[in-house]
Amino acid sequence: MLHDLLIALTMLTNFTLVATHRVQKSIQVAAFQGVLLGFLPLSMGLWRHTHVLLLAAATILVKGWLIPFLLRRAMRQVQIHREVNPYISYTLSLMLCALGTGISLVLAHNLPLKPGDAHGLFVPAALSTLFTGFLLLVSRRKALTQVVGYLVLENGIYLFGMLLVEQMPLLVETGILLDLFVGIFVMGIVINHIRAAFDSTDTLRMAELKD
Amino acid sequence: MLETFLVRAVHVALHLTTALLLPPLLPGLIAKTKAMVAGRTGPPVLQLYYDLARLSRKRAVFSRTTTWVFLAGPVGTVAAVATASLLVPFGSSPAPLHFQGDAVFFAYLFGLARFLTVLSALDTGSAFEGMGAAREVSFAVLAEPALFLGFAALAKSTGSLSLSTMLASPGFSFSRAMAPLILVLAGWAIVYLAENSRIPVDDPNTHLELTMIHEVMVLDHSGRPLALVLYGASLKLLVLGALLIGPLFTRAFGGLLNWAAFWGLLVLLAVGVGLVESFTARLRMNRVPQFLVAGILATAFAFLLLLV
Amino acid sequence: MILFGATLLLAFLSGLPGLFMKRGGGRSAALLMGSSAASGLLAALQVLLGRATGAVALPNQRVLDWGFLHLDPLGAIFLIPVCILFGSASVYGLAYWDDHRENSRTVRAAFGVLAGFLILLTGAQHAFTFLLGWEGMALAAFVLVMAEDRDPATRRAGYVYLAATHTGTLFLFSAFALLPKAAGGLAFGPWTPGFASSPLGSALFLLFLAGFAFKAGALPLHFWLPPAHSAAPSHVSAVMSGVLIKMGILGLARLVAWVPDPPIWWGGSVTALGLASGVLGVAFALGQHDLKRLLAYHSIENIGIILLGLGLGLIGKHAGSLPIQLLGFGGALLHVVNHALFKGLLFLAAGSAAKAAGTRDLEALGGLARRMPRTSLAFLAGAWAICGLPPLNGFVSEWMIYLAAFQGLGRPHALWSVAALGALALIGALALACFAKAFGAAFLGEARSPAAVEARESPPSMVGPMGVLAGACAFIGFFPVLLGRPLDRAATQLAGAQGPPLAAMASLTMLSLMALPLLAGAWMLVRWSRGRSFREGVPTWDCGYTAPAARMQYTASSFAEGLMRGMRWVLWPVTAGGRVAGFVPRPRPFSSHLPDLVLDRAAEPGLGGAARGLGALRFLQAGHLPIYLLYVLLTLLGLFVWMVA
Repeated sequence: MLHDLLIALTMLTNFTLVATHRVQKSIQVAAFQGVLLGFLPLSMGLWRHTHVLLLAAATILVKGWLIPFLLRRAMRQVQIHREVNPYISYTLSLMLCALGTGISLVLAHNLPLKPGDAHGLFVPAALSTLFTGFLLLVSRRKALTQVVGYLVLENGIYLFGMLLVEQMPLLVETGILLDLFVGIFVMGIVINHIRAAFDSTDTLRMAELKD
Repeated sequence: MLETFLVRAVHVALHLTTALLLPPLLPGLIAKTKAMVAGRTGPPVLQLYYDLARLSRKRAVFSRTTTWVFLAGPVGTVAAVATASLLVPFGSSPAPLHFQGDAVFFAYLFGLARFLTVLSALDTGSAFEGMGAAREVSFAVLAEPALFLGFAALAKSTGSLSLSTMLASPGFSFSRAMAPLILVLAGWAIVYLAENSRIPVDDPNTHLELTMIHEVMVLDHSGRPLALVLYGASLKLLVLGALLIGPLFTRAFGGLLNWAAFWGLLVLLAVGVGLVESFTARLRMNRVPQFLVAGILATAFAFLLLLV
Repeated sequence: MILFGATLLLAFLSGLPGLFMKRGGGRSAALLMGSSAASGLLAALQVLLGRATGAVALPNQRVLDWGFLHLDPLGAIFLIPVCILFGSASVYGLAYWDDHRENSRTVRAAFGVLAGFLILLTGAQHAFTFLLGWEGMALAAFVLVMAEDRDPATRRAGYVYLAATHTGTLFLFSAFALLPKAAGGLAFGPWTPGFASSPLGSALFLLFLAGFAFKAGALPLHFWLPPAHSAAPSHVSAVMSGVLIKMGILGLARLVAWVPDPPIWWGGSVTALGLASGVLGVAFALGQHDLKRLLAYHSIENIGIILLGLGLGLIGKHAGSLPIQLLGFGGALLHVVNHALFKGLLFLAAGSAAKAAGTRDLEALGGLARRMPRTSLAFLAGAWAICGLPPLNGFVSEWMIYLAAFQGLGRPHALWSVAALGALALIGALALACFAKAFGAAFLGEARSPAAVEARESPPSMVGPMGVLAGACAFIGFFPVLLGRPLDRAATQLAGAQGPPLAAMASLTMLSLMALPLLAGAWMLVRWSRGRSFREGVPTWDCGYTAPAARMQYTASSFAEGLMRGMRWVLWPVTAGGRVAGFVPRPRPFSSHLPDLVLDRAAEPGLGGAARGLGALRFLQAGHLPIYLLYVLLTLLGLFVWMVA
């Protein structure tokens, strides 16, 4: 029962992420979502697997502290606090997010999954988080909020992975986590350089780089 | 054994003598025929012999533009055509040298002669000679396939690639190859007139440079090189003539009879060329290709007839 | 096979020391390349003349026992020209592309790498090694073509080359991917009987043909060749035209060797390709004003002749006639060697002339024979050989192909033979016209430009390699019988069965014998005609005109004009001006130009149109990161929907 609650919360955070326009807050929410997901395997009563425990700890640490820390630092460096003027307005984003969640529910119902894997809310939550991540990536202008989108996208994938958490080797999960960390670390640096080069972190300006 | 060898030796000796000494007679015969048709006395039949003797005593003049290539023209022509004369059978007696595929070698020797003559003409840097050279190579482009298609037809009907058997095969299956043979000979007659720069393709006598092909290429030669040019031209008349005469030998004459027949036909050929020159006009330069294409068509048809 | 390995290694490394040396890099490269060439020749001769019979399997000659590399007689035939040409071209390059050029080191290093990949290709017996060599060769050659990349024409030539070669490689990749279905693996080996006639076999043949024809420069796919050959430095053009494009032929020859039962249309299409390339190649050559471009079109012509030989051999293989096969294949292979020798010679001589006179334009050259006697003699030897005139080597190989065609006359499919005969005769006559034009305009007569007046003979390091190549041409021409056995073994590999020896079938000894009266006669006549005293130093008579000038000479364009006009329905030359009117006409400029039928008339407008048409799709490539992510999202959604549906 507890994990259903956690998943429901995760889906709610998706809506918050889409609706918020303060960068600071979206980082907070993303971190919160990460922590929620970190607790998820524990709530499923998987205490006896040490690797699951390790994984949960690592997830909470990386998503709840390390990455938000990096993002906040980047935010301070580039002096951006608000996502103004996104490609898609907040209201529309919210509606799209709702639509995505609805589609996810329909899809999850029809997807040809193994009977054992049809674990209640897992699949729709994973899909809707995935869509939310994409939505953030596509609709936001500032590089920093796009990184948040990327983080959410990864959370969706993580959620999907929960279905297989018992079979999945530790190595794969830690690999994904490391990947995420490095990705965000590099993006932090790149964002800084983008600002130095273009005097803006607006990714629209990156179009100048095309041939 | 010894006897056959001796007979062969006599044949080869006759072949070489014919190739070496007879050629200058042919232009004389042609000129005489033309003169007689026109009602003139004309130069003596042996005029070219006198000319050659005179030229070989004369001093040559070389332009300051020229290099050694200039001399390569006349020398190469005579050397190549003389070598070709070793490959072609005179009448029904086989040539001194024969091997499978010598027909191709024969044709390419004429190509060599042409190449060197043209280069020799270009070596003078003269506008006239360049013009003649350009015409020479252009018309050869049409003459060459006609020659080869004729070879193809004969090779198909005789199953041989050697001139000695292709041309002088006594067992020429006449019943079947009659029409193709006539076509081949007609095509080759055109090639003969073109290669030897005779009317209606070219006029060896005119001195209007703008209408000449071969004569204009050798304008700058003098002395012994000019003698070689004239001799080479007459040698060509003989060697290519042998190509035309060969298939006419319907059965093998033995021994001297063969030679008598060959010489007779050669004289007839020269007279024939003289008659053609008397009764036709030179074609306009842009009509010449059509005339040569007729040669290609004739030989190609000959081959097609053999296929069906 | 240590020798082959040494050849490979030495060639690859030849340019390397020069990269780190202040001076003398060229010498070290030439030295290494020379030793590579020597060991390569030894390796080739060992394979071709070795005692082992049954040409295909030579057990102790595998370099690596995994079947990647193995020099067989067919490869050895191709290795010979590679060695001779690279050896002499690297010496030639010493003075031609000397250390004063900023990129001489790069060029030398790339030259060595190109040699290495070509040597690798001759020994490749596996799709992996073959494609490795193929791509390496293409890229190294690209670097070399771009040696003078300051010139926009060179850059264009380089990019056209790169695009063309990769298109060809694409065909090969697909073909090799299908190869296991035919041969049971990626290692080269015979195909299962009957496979060639299956639909998949046909597809495989077409893919191979397209890929190899692209590299060889057969006619509709030749368009990269003329610009690349004329843009590259001359010693690079020599090896490109001499051996690089021959690798397409090597590939086709391998294909022929694999297939025991080719359908008739294989031979027919190769022959047709040969006919088109041969006749149109030389026809286009005739209209060129640029000496090296002219030579490049002649490469297409000679590839056509080689394809004719291969095609006739394939028809013979279909019909099961050994004499046709051996003569056709033997002639084609010998022509590969011969063309490499005389075309290399011609490019080196053309480079020497162009360097001395400062231009490659035939209308600005002239009279070089007196100023550069050795170079002009070398060019004449090359021209003599390429026209197939006896007694040089070009004749020998063309003659064998003629004989193959004649052999086919008495059999079914005789029409192909007679078409080949007619085409060969036409090609011969046109080539003669073209080289009379090229040699006459560039080397004979009077100089047409001040630069040509100033031309001086090139240094011995450039003349020497030309001498070597000319000597090789003469050697093959005079003693073709010595090549009988090596050719037998290579042709047997293609035919798949032992037949009567080529030397007897093609009467190769007679060719040597025939050279005798020719040379003796010429020698005697020269003696005789120079026997009398003569007068020199007078102007050309020119029908009594007393002040002939260089401008009055017949130009190269005028020389070819008649033939061009005769063939304008296929060549489409472009002329401008030249019409004069009135009794006292004013001077009128006239210019003629022969654009390439495929590159300038089809490929470029066609591809340009395609580029404009596809430009409408460019909005998709907006450059905005979110848009790209949107594509990902849409794809994902699409996939989900597809999965659910």
